Amino acid sequence: MTTVYAIDVKGLTKRFGNKTVVDQFALQVPKGQVWGFLGPNGSGKTTTIRMLCGLLRPDAGEGTCLGLDILHEGGLIKRQVGYMTQKFSFYEDLSIRENLEFVARLYELKDQRIAVDQSLAELGLTQRQRQLAGQLSGGWKQRLALAACVLHKPALLLLDEPTAGVDPQARRDFWEKIHLLAGDGITVLVSTHYMDEAERCDRIVYLAYGQILAQGTIAEVIKASGLHTYIVSGGDIRGLARALHGQEGVTQVSVFGTTLHVCGVDREALDRAVAPYRAWPGTTWTVAEASLEDVFIHLMAPFRDRIQG
Amino acid sequence: MFSSLRRILAVFLKELIQMRRDRMTIGMILAIPIMQLVMFGYAINGDPRNLPTVLRVHEHSVFSRSLITALENTRYFRIVASTTSEARASTMLANGEAAFVLTVPAGFSRAILRGERPSVLLEADASDPAASANAVSALQQLPASVFQQDLKDAGITLPPSAPPFDIVVQRRYNPEGVTALNIVPGLIGVILTMTMTLVTSMAVVKEFERGTMENLLAMPAKPHEVMFGKILPYVLLGYAQVVIIFAAARFLFDVPMAGSYSGLLLIVGIFIAANLSVGFTLSTLATNQAQAMQMTMFFFLPSILLSGFMFPFRGMPNWAQWIGEVLPITHFLRLVRAIMLKGTPIAEMADELWALLAFTAVMWVVAMLRYRRTLD
Ligand SMILES: Nc1ncnc2c1ncn2[C@@H]1O[C@H](COP(=O)(O)OP(=O)(O)OP(=O)(O)O)[C@@H](O)[C@H]1O
Ligand SMILES: [Mg+2]
Repeated sequence: MTTVYAIDVKGLTKRFGNKTVVDQFALQVPKGQVWGFLGPNGSGKTTTIRMLCGLLRPDAGEGTCLGLDILHEGGLIKRQVGYMTQKFSFYEDLSIRENLEFVARLYELKDQRIAVDQSLAELGLTQRQRQLAGQLSGGWKQRLALAACVLHKPALLLLDEPTAGVDPQARRDFWEKIHLLAGDGITVLVSTHYMDEAERCDRIVYLAYGQILAQGTIAEVIKASGLHTYIVSGGDIRGLARALHGQEGVTQVSVFGTTLHVCGVDREALDRAVAPYRAWPGTTWTVAEASLEDVFIHLMAPFRDRIQG
Repeated sequence: MFSSLRRILAVFLKELIQMRRDRMTIGMILAIPIMQLVMFGYAINGDPRNLPTVLRVHEHSVFSRSLITALENTRYFRIVASTTSEARASTMLANGEAAFVLTVPAGFSRAILRGERPSVLLEADASDPAASANAVSALQQLPASVFQQDLKDAGITLPPSAPPFDIVVQRRYNPEGVTALNIVPGLIGVILTMTMTLVTSMAVVKEFERGTMENLLAMPAKPHEVMFGKILPYVLLGYAQVVIIFAAARFLFDVPMAGSYSGLLLIVGIFIAANLSVGFTLSTLATNQAQAMQMTMFFFLPSILLSGFMFPFRGMPNWAQWIGEVLPITHFLRLVRAIMLKGTPIAEMADELWALLAFTAVMWVVAMLRYRRTLD
């Protein structure tokens, strides 16, 4: 069976007890693309990814990964998927090299020694290969985990917050590598909380409380939100923020260093609300496009009273 | 097939490295045999009754009947067979069907009536001296009193100073009645039960506790591959323990080795597999290492108390014997004692061997069925 989609699922549902954590999740990711998976803590990203690679059994739904049935062909899917867990889950009591060797053996790679050597060299860990993985710093652990999960040249990469706690340089290297892999035809679904990383993706999917609230390119998502924004700079913006807070027509006010973002859904209502403050001493007002973060916070607003862990 | 073996090898090598780095566990596993050997130098005496006894009566007379009645009245002896064949009686003693063989010679009553003080031979399986000691001493009370009525009926008076016949006791397999001879082979079973069950249950639970299971499950290793790979290093460790115990048995306690080493190693192998599968099953029930430890203890206690290791098996109430029969160590102990002390060939112990194999097979199936393939 050939399909243009690396991931093609619908109706995926997962309950823990009587709590529905993922609800009727449907997604179609074309091969060779990099998709970002966003959403607040506890929104069900990890749970969804685990269902995709056969680690959790969905309570309902169906679909395919790489053209293989996720419900019945989990064994075959596992050979072609690289899954990087959110929490470091390689062996801390094995050395860096031993961890990679273990992975190479499990996937029965040809030329294991060469593959491991190459991976170590790319990582820049050749000198430290005998060190125990448990002694690596958090960021280095992430880098090792990524190297290990691409060792077997998977066709689909599922990365769960791969860059949490990683420094900017390493993060940049990491994304370069992701796009290199995508260029070779690998499909990537990567969950993240970073806006700049979302912007590096072909498309994004925004999940909240188990449901997809938005998906598409960044521009599409921003447009679909229907959010209008003023950016205010100069003057006492903190005082201004306090004054604007809770005004009718203003959905969010947030300070970004020396600028203030003021957003609303209805253009006219927003204009009416800010009109009395436009003369606030020392401020300059500009109409701008909402940022991705503004959009996400806006999407979250209806759920703000729901507490989820 | 080959790719399965390759993945088993992958897990095996990984486990081996981890085991080697865990100095505490290795130290514990190798020190435990020595500790226990020293601690269990003394045995606890039970008072088992109704021990299976084979009669070899070559004369049927008033006297032999009285003797047998008196024998049964002591409640230590339960007659399970009557034969004149020496070979058959010996086999039953060797494979554990009987604990005693009592031989009443031909011409017994004539010799008594003539005041010749004939002898009755009691052959006792002394490989478990605690089990036979009380029965033997109860029997030795008999000669003085058992025939009083019969002799009076026959109108005969013998000199009151000496009893009308003697009982000659022959302790087979452990002539000095040394407890260590019985305890040391038993310790092989106890030590393997404890350490093998514990280390496997911990090794699997550890993967869940540290979160590494998520990764292992996402990679293409099948349950039986993980299970074999994880268990193999501990099989090696189990054999290392057996070697230590053997060395101690030889050099510290002078325990003889009457049977074949190859038979013993085979049985040890099956027994290790049995315990590892118990450990694996427990690990599928436990959610953390502390729980795995508790469950191991839960399995371990009946294994030492109800298997015939601590107390003679035949001295236990029926319900306890039933539980004991289910435990692998019970069968293992019978096999090992028979092989080491009596030199019984394995072929004669087929029932025990089958029981051990059946337990192992069932446990493996349970472990495989219970092994979690997902994180649910
Ligand atoms: N094994 C489990 N048993 C019960 N509840 C669970 C289990 N795993 C996850 N949950 C719940 O499911 C919800 C979604 O969790 P999930 O880990 O998928 O969120 P997430 O989007 O990955 O969050 P984060 O951004 O913090 O990683 C949470 O409320 C969590 O408490
Ligand atoms: Mg998560």
